[in-house]
Order: sequence, then C-alpha cells, then structure tokens
Amino acid sequence: MSTVFIFDVALVALLLAVATWIIAARATFSAVVAFVAYGLLLAIVWVELSAIDVALTEAAIGGGVTGMLLLGAASRLRETEAAAVSVGAALRWTAAALCALIAAGLAAIVLSPPSTVFTLAPQALAHLPESGLGNPVAGVLFVYRAFDTLLEKVVLVLVLVGVWSLAPDRFWGGVPGLRVYQQPNSVLTLLAQLLPPLGIAVGIYMFWTGANNPGGAFQGGTVLAAMWILVMIAGLQNAPSTDRRALRLLVVLGPAIFLVIGLAGFTLADGFLAYPPGYAKPLIIIAEAALTLSIAVTLGLLAAGPPERMARR
Amino acid sequence: MTPVLNIFTAIAVSAGAFFFIAGTVGLLRFPDTLTRLHALTKADNLGLGLVVLGLLPLVEWPFGALKLISVWLLVQLSGAIVAQLIADFVRREEPHA
Repeated sequence: MSTVFIFDVALVALLLAVATWIIAARATFSAVVAFVAYGLLLAIVWVELSAIDVALTEAAIGGGVTGMLLLGAASRLRETEAAAVSVGAALRWTAAALCALIAAGLAAIVLSPPSTVFTLAPQALAHLPESGLGNPVAGVLFVYRAFDTLLEKVVLVLVLVGVWSLAPDRFWGGVPGLRVYQQPNSVLTLLAQLLPPLGIAVGIYMFWTGANNPGGAFQGGTVLAAMWILVMIAGLQNAPSTDRRALRLLVVLGPAIFLVIGLAGFTLADGFLAYPPGYAKPLIIIAEAALTLSIAVTLGLLAAGPPERMARR
Repeated sequence: MTPVLNIFTAIAVSAGAFFFIAGTVGLLRFPDTLTRLHALTKADNLGLGLVVLGLLPLVEWPFGALKLISVWLLVQLSGAIVAQLIADFVRREEPHA
C-alpha cells in the first residue's frame, strides 16, 4: 500500500464525514461552515485527480463564494429559524431512502464503466493548436462548447436579476443590504487594506494564464469578487447603489461581448460562435477579459444581496 | 540533491508535522476557545513554516521557492486575522472568558 493510497483513502473518509455532518448539523450556520470545509476538501480531491482547473473552481466557488452566499442566507433565516415547521420522521426517512437510492445508482454507474469508453478527447486535443490555446479546458470552454459557456454567463445575470427582484418595490435600484461586520474591526480593516492589491494581481493573473495553464475567467473573476466583498464587509466601502448605469453595464458587458463575437461568426466564420481562422485566440482573450470583469461584479453584487434601502442623494 | 539536503528536508518536514499534531491535540484538549485558538495558530505558523522550509531545497529556484514562501505568509496573515476575529467575537459573547 503506497502512501498516496493511504492519503487518498483518508481524504475520502474525511470528505464523507464532513458531508454527513452537513446533513446532520442542526444549526444552519454549522452546516454552512461544514459546507465550506467540504468545498476545500473536494478541491484537494480534484487536485489528486489531476483536474487542476476544476480544483481551482471548486475552491473559489464551492469553498468561497457559495459559502459567502449561504452565510448571508443563514443570517437572514436566523430570525425565522426557530419558528420553522419541523418535518415528520416518515418524510425524513423517505427523503433519506430516495437520496440513498440515487447515490447507490450513481455509484453503480461510476464503479462499472463500459469496456469501451467513447471519448472525443483525442480529436479535441489534436485540433487544440488551431485555436492557439494551450490549456485543453479553455479549449473546450471557448471553442468546442462555447455555447454552454455563453449560456452559463447569461444564467449568472439572470440570477442577479432574481436576487434583486426579492427587494420590495420601493427599494428597487437601491443599495444592497449587505450585513457588515457588527462593529468596525481594526483587524478586518487591516486585512481589507492589505489583501486586495495582492488578490487583484492574482485574479488578473488567473484569467491571463488560463489560455495556457489552469485558470480562466471564472476563477480569476471569483478572486476579484472576493476582494471586493472583503472591502465591503470590512466597511471600507459601501455596496454601490444598484441603479448605477456603469454598474449594470459591467454586469452585462461580458455576456454581451461574447454574444457579439458569437454573432460575428455568422459572417466572418462558419457560424454562431465560430472564430475566423487565426483570430481565435485574440477573440477568446477579449471575451474572457470582459467575462472576468462581469463575473467579478456579478458575484460581488450577489453576495451583497437584494437592495434594502435607497441611496442618499 | 545531496544526502545532507535530503536529511534536512526529512527533519524539517517531520518537525512541522509534529507541530500540526501538537496543534490538533491542543484543539481537542484545551479547555476554552481562546486557548484552542492559540494551539491552532501555533500549528499554522511553526508547523507550516517548517514544512515550507523543508521543501525549499526540492523546488525550482527562485520562483518555486518564492511561491512556497508566499503561501506560508498568506496562511500566516489569514490565520492571525481569523484568530483575532474569533477571539473578538468570543470576548463580546462571554465577557468572563
């Protein structure tokens, strides 16, 4: 038995234990904290499987921004949590049995793969150099499955509209009610002053290196969003009023530019989201740069939550 | 890679692992939140510091080494600040602690 094998078994055991804790935890807050730990452990699992791109996304989204969003939800639910209707044992056991059935089915499929695996990976890799990209994951996201990537970014905009729609009518276009840390805390202020320059550099680097190495718009944008959220939580800068035109333009900039490039493919190349030969890489970089900005702004605004008051004029 | 450097790596990483174990024991055994925080931050500072020190001869110079050192510094920063925030919260919740 090699050391790596023991490490992997321990990692999976820990992951299962944390997953069980998330479900078993009584308090929403504890469950959210466990969920963040789960996301970080899962990122290590992806590293073990050599899927560095997925690991980066899992750490940034699963361990980071999702945790932040869930913490916001947990703090909003706190007042009503005690009064929540408790479900009966029969319903609980039925839900547990159905979930176990799905898990068993998935396990059966994963553990008994077909003898011949159908894969397009060799063809995808063979044609990757034509795109000018060195990272196969970026190639899949922006060349082979660009349509999925475009829809994914549009969904993000729709999610933000959904969150804003939770605001009462009179606060539409107002300032998000991000719960700032109870009292100004000098240590948190120090972190919010020290970390952003570094974080912004890392975020931009992750987007830039994504063409040839693990990284990309989503991971880079998430790191940028995290820096913005940190500055807002520390109270160094308030969440912006959501009716600002520049802010709304930034939210749709990425998907819009990606869509324009996609539509240009009709006349300049073979069709929707096709790139003219030789121009694939610069076009992808432009789309990715705009997407990085949009993702950063959108995730930051999602964490800030629905508008809760009007801006003072 | 010389044998001397190999021995150095083995000793430093083992010492780092020892501090992580000590920190974990402290986390489980110490009586209250503040002392448990103390145990945890010691593991972060010394344990990770020694592991990074031990790995330095194995990585590419200078960028690999700089990356490892920045990881250590960032963990130091976040560990120290999170410990301060938790301690601040505890002191406000339980004034006697």
